[in-house]
Amino acid sequence: MKAFWQPRVLVLIGCVLLWQVLAWWLPSRYLPTPSAVLATLWQQIVSGDLFIHVGATLGRVITSFTLAMLIGVGIGIVMGSRERWNEWLDSLVIIGLNIPALVTIILCYIWLGLGETAAILAVALNKIPMVIVTLREGARAVDKDLLQVAQVYRLSPTQRFWKVYWPQLYPYLFAAARNGLALIWKIVLVVELLGRSNGVGFQLGNYFHYFDIKGILAYTFAFVTLILILEAVFLRPLEKRLNRWRE
Amino acid sequence: MSLVSVNLQDKTFANGVQTVRDVQFTVQSGEFVALVGPSGTGKTTLLNMIAGLETDYTGTIQAPCDALSYMFQDPRLMPWLTVENNLRLVLDAPPLQADTERFVRMENLLNQLGLNEFRAAFPKQLSGGLKRRVALVRAFVTQPQLLLMDEPFQSLDEPTAQDLRQLLMQLWADTCPTVLFVTHSLNEALQLADRILFFSARPAQVILDYAVPVTRPRSSVTSDLQTLQNQLLQQYPQLLSGSLAKE
Repeated sequence: MKAFWQPRVLVLIGCVLLWQVLAWWLPSRYLPTPSAVLATLWQQIVSGDLFIHVGATLGRVITSFTLAMLIGVGIGIVMGSRERWNEWLDSLVIIGLNIPALVTIILCYIWLGLGETAAILAVALNKIPMVIVTLREGARAVDKDLLQVAQVYRLSPTQRFWKVYWPQLYPYLFAAARNGLALIWKIVLVVELLGRSNGVGFQLGNYFHYFDIKGILAYTFAFVTLILILEAVFLRPLEKRLNRWRE
Repeated sequence: MSLVSVNLQDKTFANGVQTVRDVQFTVQSGEFVALVGPSGTGKTTLLNMIAGLETDYTGTIQAPCDALSYMFQDPRLMPWLTVENNLRLVLDAPPLQADTERFVRMENLLNQLGLNEFRAAFPKQLSGGLKRRVALVRAFVTQPQLLLMDEPFQSLDEPTAQDLRQLLMQLWADTCPTVLFVTHSLNEALQLADRILFFSARPAQVILDYAVPVTRPRSSVTSDLQTLQNQLLQQYPQLLSGSLAKE
């Protein structure tokens, strides 16, 4: 299989090999070998714990990601195309961008209770301002000449939006989605650590109590694999498909 | 019956530059009128006003805004749509009727202009001449009453431009829309138009309304056109700089 030897795969294999060599060279209970980590991972898979926790985390990631994208894209487009709205909302966006994630999380938990709603909302709130800023740039960069074509040829508002306006936002949507996923993974784990009784973040918290490095690395490994798979089977093909016309 | 009637007192941009002052002319239905004048005198602005893209002016313009096409200086095709979908985009515009007649028309035009093999291509894969052809089909496929053209064959090599002019003449002969054709080439204007309006330098005014005294088809009478051009320029040496002065 040709794809297997792509540079991006080789780099990953190189990292694991380096890790193995380091673990042999500096034997310590705080640096387990890759094989020991894989053994722990296997044990978690067999017991079913891994699926429960990764599944719970994945569910939160998808929900809050969708929520953040929908709201952020909507507000971003409005702010990018209507200067009036931008003036009113701009300072709120700046505050949103700069408030520490931890503050949002704690406030959501205190005000809404230690529940699923608070957890999802906290994650989404952290992400929305970044989506807004990216899509605002996109809406500002929209080609006025093409909108004139739409006007002259009397396209309906729906066609004007979906066939002329929306495709121009693709690069910005992908940028927002990529950065968004990366950020949301990180924040979801913190949210879980602080106030949930399942999920990868919760598990990592448990392992931390016992200084169980093998467990921590096993979950990290599972997690990283999942992200790489999502990127390879979902984001990259979709992006390639939507960018066919650039070739 | 005049189809277009322009009675403009003033068009001044926000930066204080007056581009049009006291311009009056009418265009009969089915007439091919060329607008010739030095560059930067506001001919494009005039077309935009007739198309309804520019609404901030004093004066009145009557034009069939719901039945016009506009061929811009650059082809302005949607880069993310194939050739065929670019055409379908303007055909699906309201009033939306599920008739097949207009799709037959599209097929005929694609064949007539030799674009059939490129129907699945994206604009980026086409040469400049082919892109102009697609834009030409797009302008005619909606069967406009009024066709606005803003130096559409500029920046093409002369043989390609000549091909496109001949295609334009064929298409025009088939459906006889009224055409307003902006150009700075006297030769092009004499070859295509029934009538030429010469404009002054900014602020634009009509300095000469000239009926071209040559019968169609004109492809065989290039020498006559050359003689005409020489006569005109002898009579008004500074005509193309926007003045009727002798010296």
